[in-house]
Formats: sequence, structure tokens, C-alpha cells
Amino acid sequence: MNFTPAMLLAASLWGYAAGAAGGLLFLRREKQANAFCFGVAALSALGGLAAALQFLAGGVGAPAVHFELFQASVPYIRFSVRLDALGAFFLLLVSLLALAISIYSLGYARGYFGRKNVGVLGALFNLLLLTTTLIVVTDNLWLFLIAWELMALTAYCLVSFEHESPEARQAGVLYFIMSHIDAGCVILGFLLLVQASGDYGFASLHNIGATMSPGRRDAAFVLFLVGFGIKAGIVPLHIWLPAAHPVAPSNVSAFLSGVLLKTGIYGLVRVGFDFLGPPPLWWGVTVLTIGTISAVLGVLYALMEHDLKRLLAYHSIENIGIILMGLGASLMFLTTGHPLLATLALVAGLYHTINHAAFKGLLFLGAGAVVHATHTRNMEAMVGLIKRMPQTAFFFLVGAVAISALPPLNGFVSEWLTYQALLQGFGTTDSLTRLIFPLSGAMLALTGALAAACFVKAFGITFLAQPRSVQAGQAHEATFTMRAGMALLAGACVVLGFFPTQFARLLDPVTQQLTGQQISGQLSAANGLVLTSLTAKSGTVSTLGLTLMALCLLPIPFALWLMFGRKTKVNRGETWACGQRTLTPRMEYTATGFSKPLRMVFKALFQPHREVQREYDFSPYFAKTIRFDSHVEEVFEQGLYRPARYLILRAARRVRGLQAGSIHAYLLYIFVTLLLLLLFAL
Amino acid sequence: MIADLIPLLAQTALLLFLAPLLSGLIKKGKARLQNRRGAPVWQPYLDLAKFLRKDMVISEHASWIFRATPYVLFLTALSAGLIVPLVTVQTPLGLFGGALALVGLLALGRFFLALGGLDPGSAFGGMGSSREMTIAALAEPAMMLAIFTVATTAGSTNLSEIVRAGQGSGWTLFQPSHALAFAAMFIVLLAETGRVPVDNPATHLELTMIHEAMMLEYSGRYLALMEWSAAIKQFVLMALLANLFFPVGLAASATPAALAAGLLFLAAKLLLLAGTVVLIEFTNAKLRLFRVPDLLSVAFMLATLGLVSTFLFL
Repeated sequence: MNFTPAMLLAASLWGYAAGAAGGLLFLRREKQANAFCFGVAALSALGGLAAALQFLAGGVGAPAVHFELFQASVPYIRFSVRLDALGAFFLLLVSLLALAISIYSLGYARGYFGRKNVGVLGALFNLLLLTTTLIVVTDNLWLFLIAWELMALTAYCLVSFEHESPEARQAGVLYFIMSHIDAGCVILGFLLLVQASGDYGFASLHNIGATMSPGRRDAAFVLFLVGFGIKAGIVPLHIWLPAAHPVAPSNVSAFLSGVLLKTGIYGLVRVGFDFLGPPPLWWGVTVLTIGTISAVLGVLYALMEHDLKRLLAYHSIENIGIILMGLGASLMFLTTGHPLLATLALVAGLYHTINHAAFKGLLFLGAGAVVHATHTRNMEAMVGLIKRMPQTAFFFLVGAVAISALPPLNGFVSEWLTYQALLQGFGTTDSLTRLIFPLSGAMLALTGALAAACFVKAFGITFLAQPRSVQAGQAHEATFTMRAGMALLAGACVVLGFFPTQFARLLDPVTQQLTGQQISGQLSAANGLVLTSLTAKSGTVSTLGLTLMALCLLPIPFALWLMFGRKTKVNRGETWACGQRTLTPRMEYTATGFSKPLRMVFKALFQPHREVQREYDFSPYFAKTIRFDSHVEEVFEQGLYRPARYLILRAARRVRGLQAGSIHAYLLYIFVTLLLLLLFAL
Repeated sequence: MIADLIPLLAQTALLLFLAPLLSGLIKKGKARLQNRRGAPVWQPYLDLAKFLRKDMVISEHASWIFRATPYVLFLTALSAGLIVPLVTVQTPLGLFGGALALVGLLALGRFFLALGGLDPGSAFGGMGSSREMTIAALAEPAMMLAIFTVATTAGSTNLSEIVRAGQGSGWTLFQPSHALAFAAMFIVLLAETGRVPVDNPATHLELTMIHEAMMLEYSGRYLALMEWSAAIKQFVLMALLANLFFPVGLAASATPAALAAGLLFLAAKLLLLAGTVVLIEFTNAKLRLFRVPDLLSVAFMLATLGLVSTFLFL
């Protein structure tokens, strides 16, 4: 029997729905709820993954898959699904992550047994998967908006799932507010588009921007940029992200960071490349600039964190920035008439999108296992987990190398493509705007190097050296299913890193749809072993080749050992403690200490707050107690959000006078309103 | 097939056996300028042989990361060296990577080196790691911009292509953009190889040390591998600087005469560069750690100016 993408996709969507219903059915039986919800979610995700792969492997020209989920009885709304190449690419991303996270959750959710209702968690999780999948495959504007709103609400419930802690409640509210500003902007933007097309189907919106007046088109672009930008977490609209992602259950955090942000990217790509038509230059410049700023600020704030999950959340901002660099450059190339380069930049952006999903999902799952084992998110209290959790440590290391854009893993490949696109952009125009390309490239280099520093800290402090707390000393390795989920994503990082030319072939239908070009042939040389930047002359790289070559060099150290060191012994000893008798964990370097030099270098940005209190008896050199407090506040919190909150509250206080509780005043309001309306009607 | 392997093996041998000599020469030069006689230039080889014969002491707190680090460092340094054109224009691994892969490989080595510093849990190691990553983070953008400058002129990030473009007629030696990029790269070289204004390679137990602090817990065979990797990295970066900006004399064909000339030119360029490094080490004091960012931002500004002037003069 042959499975068509349509069947697989429908099965996947209904599967998620069944999983959500099952969670509510098993509200009082947590074991069954756990097995059913996450098992069904994993199977459904597998269906979605198969559908996406089958569609993309069908190559260019495969017709879009189209079907109705069920007949709607309301006018305008149609529950129609249409899988085109772009949708299929994002379906691949969503399903891959959903699969890994569902498997992981089978073990992770057991931590909630007897504590929280796992049935609710499972139901919400499936609903989140369902709405996210719907967003990328829907064909009807209303269905899109319903799914968009449901996704935001489900995510809100999951962010404040552990609502006992005030932190989770506050983060939930912040997320709620921001996601509604975002929904408002997206709805307004779509209204502008629909006004021009007169139809709610996505197919009719294709290139609709070309028929709109430039002013409306620009307005729509700005609305979408803000709306989808909030969802994606661009600076300065990211404020909810580092608050909301850490407090959610870790499996949900992985999905929020790995996938949910990408719905914003999906929206921007769909709108920017499919709906709005040929872009003016300033769109691309804006997106590239925002991307660059997000990347640099995201990683800088990540460096200052010692909450493991908050650190990862800030890195999501950084990576969204890198994705936007690719997309922005692509828009600029489209304007200046370089479709091939536009395609290269688009491939770079999309490649980084799926890469970020893989490694950020992996890192959040790893962090989840660590938090699960140590019951803290504070890196300073973990330390030395590698002996207790060797496999989790290994998977986390894979993710850390990938996200730091180090060869041979996937982060390096997509950043390499981004560099190449930016570099070649320098030669495209004569205008001064071309300087933006190499400068963004330099900022990308800064971002990469800072990310490496940050992950030396994140991995080194969390996993290496001696445990600093009792919990860290008694930590336990993650369960089998949790490790399986992490292994799946680690495998994805390796495969995406080693086989870029093969993966680029899957992107051909997508780029054909968006820019009318396919470049996988030009990107590949030496039978697909080597990735090129359009031509072999302008630059080549092969992560697989480099790795194999490095392994071929491995006999050299071995030969050295044979020649000189066969008689040597290996002794175990204590770490040298500068003459102290023993080394205690208190002497080890801390995460705060590790990032101190960078905090000093960038102090103009961070404006670190530092307070030291000493108590001593006779000399300040012999302190009895020292209290040290140091923290960094975000510049946007200070400069943008706090004044905004203040203004809103002040305005609200003014308005409060209107609602005095006097019925006479209310009657007067009604009368005046009626009068005004009548006057208006005349 | 065998004929293809010969350049690869030759370049590997060149890297392995000449890199310690360069370190020895720099040390000797420094000693002579300080009116000392100094150790013989082949002392690094003797040191390596000695380390290889010694027993190792590994901290009981250390994990497999500590043991993997020397190998990762050694292999990344060597692979990076195979990407750079040393004697011939065509490099053995040119197809597998260019300038960006070179930077990436060195960064991978540094990533593990910093982890290896943190692993045994001593405060010195953490201090070294923290400083190394800080300095690298500031040096990398400057290096990238400098590479971008030459790459845009050559239209390629492939190092062989850049050198080939440099040997072609269109590339004048004293183009202002290249001079600025060279200055930037030179500062980066000092930072990346742990030379004096940034780090002092002669210290072994001071609060100011960076590179040595990370290797403090290593001994025996591992120490040998790490010292060797550091020497190879220094050799590679110097050769990159010399050949990228002054691509004179690199052999375009594999005739013995061309190869001999290439080798001679390489030796001359490296000696000149090493002499400059020695002079700088001799005349300067080590900067305070928080002065180093100023130096590196100078490098960044120079590289930016270099790029902008490409724009003006192209």
C-alpha cells in the first residue's frame, strides 16, 4: 500500500487531535496519559515527517497537496490544507522536532507524576503540535488566524504550567500580552492584503503586493515584521522570550525555542517572498540590520546568564538574528536583480532555520535532563555533571559545538553559506549600501566567537570539574527515552553537518517556489562531497572531507606513542591546588567569573550593577563575611519597556476617573455617545 | 592516486617538522636581543621528545574531555595547516575548505582547549579559558574582516584562489586596503599565538598568563601534543599572513626548481615575520588584560578601514 503525502499529513493532524482528546480522557490516570499522549504525538510526528520528506523528495514541480480537513458550516472559513514546498519544508522541521521531543517526553513527563496533571500536559502538548502544524500547512486565512491564536493560548498555558511559581505566572502574562500585540499586527497586515485580493485563500494572495499601492505595501510589511518579529523574538521585541522559555517544562521549552519561533520565520518568508511581491531595497536592509543587531545582542546577553535555560533562550534570539541575516540579504539581492545570490542567501537562511531547530531542541532537552536531575536551573550549583550523566553530557556537547558554528557540525555549514552570501553581496552594487554586507559578516564572526565563549561556559561550568552542590553530586543519568530523544536530534545535527549538498536538493522545490531558481546542482561539487558557494572558484568546503582527513592524521600521535612513549605510565593525581592541601569545589571557576572579562569589555552596554558588602573585625583583609551581588539589566527593559509600562499605567490612572461608579455619569456618557453618533450619521 | 598523496604528505611533514624550528628561532632571537645566549634553536624538538618519554599525571577530577583535548587540538592545527598554501599555490586540502574553514578549525581547537582548561577544576585553568575565549571573541571579527578584504579583491574565499589572484597582474602589492588589512591581521596574529602585548609565552606561573594557564594540568605525551599544536598553529598563521599578502614565489607548478624557490621564499618571509615578532616582543611590555580589547579594536578598525578603502579604490 502506498502512502501519499496527503494521507500521511491528514493522519498526522488527526493523530494530534486524538492525542489531545486522549489526554483529557486519561486525566486521572497519569501513566496511561503519559504513554498515550506522547506515544500518539510521536507517531503523528512520524507521519508528518514522512509526508514532508516524500513531498520534498518528489522534486521540483510536484503539485501542491490539497484537501479539506472537514466541511465548515461557517461562511469564509474553510478547513482546507494545502501542502506546498515552503509548507513542506517547515512541516519537516516541525515534525522532526515533534518526534524527538515526544519520545523525550515519555521519560521526562514521569517527573510530574503525583505532582502535576500529566493528562493536561499531554493534551496541551498535542494541541500545540496540532496548531503549529496547521499554521505551516493551512491554505485559508481564517484557519491560519485561528491556529495562530490557539497556538499562542496553548503556549501560554504551557509556559505557566508550573503556575505555583510566581516567575512562571509573570512570564505567562508577559507572553500573553506580547503574543496578542503580535496577533493584532498580523491580522491588520492580512486585512491590508485581503483588501487587495478580495479572497481569503492563500493561493489568491500570491504576489498580491504587486497590485497594491506602495504605501499600503510598506505598511503591510511593517505590520508583518512587527507581528511575526514578536513571535520570532527579534530585538527589541524579544522581551518575552527569555522570560517565557525557561519557566516552561523543558520538553515544551525545546518546542517553543526550536519550533514556535520558526512560525514567525515561516510567516516572514511566506509574506515577504510569496505574498508581497518584489521588495523595495529598504525591506532587505531593515531585515538584515535587525538580524545583525539581534544576533549580537542575543549572544551578549546570553553570556551574562547563569540560568542554563535562560542562556539558551537568549541564544535563540541570536540564531533568529542569523536566520534573518540570510533572509534580509536574500530580499536585497532580489531587489538588485541577483536571483541566484538571492537563492543562495535564502538557502543559507532556511538551512540555519532547520539547524537551529535541531541543535536548540537538543540543547533544551539536555538542559531539561540536567534540571530534572539537579532541580535547579542555576549553572553555578551544577558543575561536574559529566561523571554522573555522561551520555547527556555528550549530547549537550554535540549541541554546543553545533550552535557555536564549529566544523564539522551543521551550524558551521549554514553560517558558512551565510558568510558566502554576504561576501558575494559586496560585489553586487556600487551603492554605499553594499558596505552593510561585510559589516554584517564581521558581526556574524563576533557572534560566532562569542557563542563559542558562551558554550565553553555553559558546557564547562555545567558538566566539568567537581560538583559544587549536593544535588549535582547525586544527579542521575536521564532515562532511556529521554536519551533517545536527544540522540535523534544529535544525529540530525551530524547528518545536516556532513551532507549539506544532499540536503540542499530537498530545498530545490522551496527555492523554485520562492525565487524561481534551483541551485543544489551549483552548490555541489565532487559528487556531492564538497559544498560550493555557487561556483567552485568562489569557495568550497567539505565538513565530511575535513573530518575524514583529520581522522587519517590520527596515526601520527599513535606513531609518536609507539616511538617514544610505550613505556610511560599514566598516574592519577589530584589537581594542583597552588600549594593548598586540597582543592575544593569552591575554588573552581564560576560562570559569573568566566564571563567577567566580557562583562568588563562591553560594560558600556551592560552597565553591570555590582555591590560588595564586607563584615570584618579588625582588618578589611580578614573579612568574616562577604556578600557579593552582581547583575546585568537589559538595556531595552530600562529604556523601552519600563517607560512604556509607566506611560500606560499613568494613562490608565487618568482614564480611571471616568469610571467613578456614579450611575448618573454613566448615563451622561451614553447620552453623549448617542448624540455624537446621531450627529455623525447626519 | 599515489601522486596525489605526495603533496599532502609533504605538507604534513613540513608542518610537523618546521613548526618547532620556528618557535626555536623566535626564542633564540629574543634571547640574543636580551644579551642572553639562549637555548639552541632545536631545543623545542628536544623538549617534545622529552615530554613524549615522560609519565603522565592526570587529575582525578578530569573527564574524557581532558584526554580528548590534545588530540582535537593537534588534528585541527594540522588540518588547518593543510588548507593554507605554504610552498605551492595549490594546497592539498584546498577543495575541502578555505579561509572560513581555517578559522573554524582553529576555533574548534580553541573550544576544546578552553574546555580542557576547565575540566580539572583548578582556578588557573578557568581563568585561562575565560581570558582566551574573551580575546578570541574580539580577535575573530578583525581577522574575518581582514580576510574579507582580500577575499573580495580575489572574488573567492579559497586560499589558493586568493594567492593565484595575488600573483596575477591585477594585484598591486601596496594597495592601501591590503596594507590596512595586513596590519589588522598582524595584531590578530600576536593575539592568536599568545605573543607579548597580549600574552607572555615565557611565563609559567603568573596570574597574568592565558595560554599556559589552560595547559597547566597537562603533562607527558599530552603536553607534547599541545606544545606541538601551538607551534603548528603559530607556523600556519604566520605562513597565512606571509603568503596571503605577499604571494611572491609560491610554486605554481611542481617542478623541482619552482618548489625549491617556493621553499626559499617561504623561509625568507617567515624569518622576516618572526624577526618582526621578536622585535615587538623585545620592545613592548605585556598589556594589562583590559587594555588588550583596545588593541584588538584597533585591529578591527584597521580592517574596517581596509574594507572601506577597497570600496574607494576598486
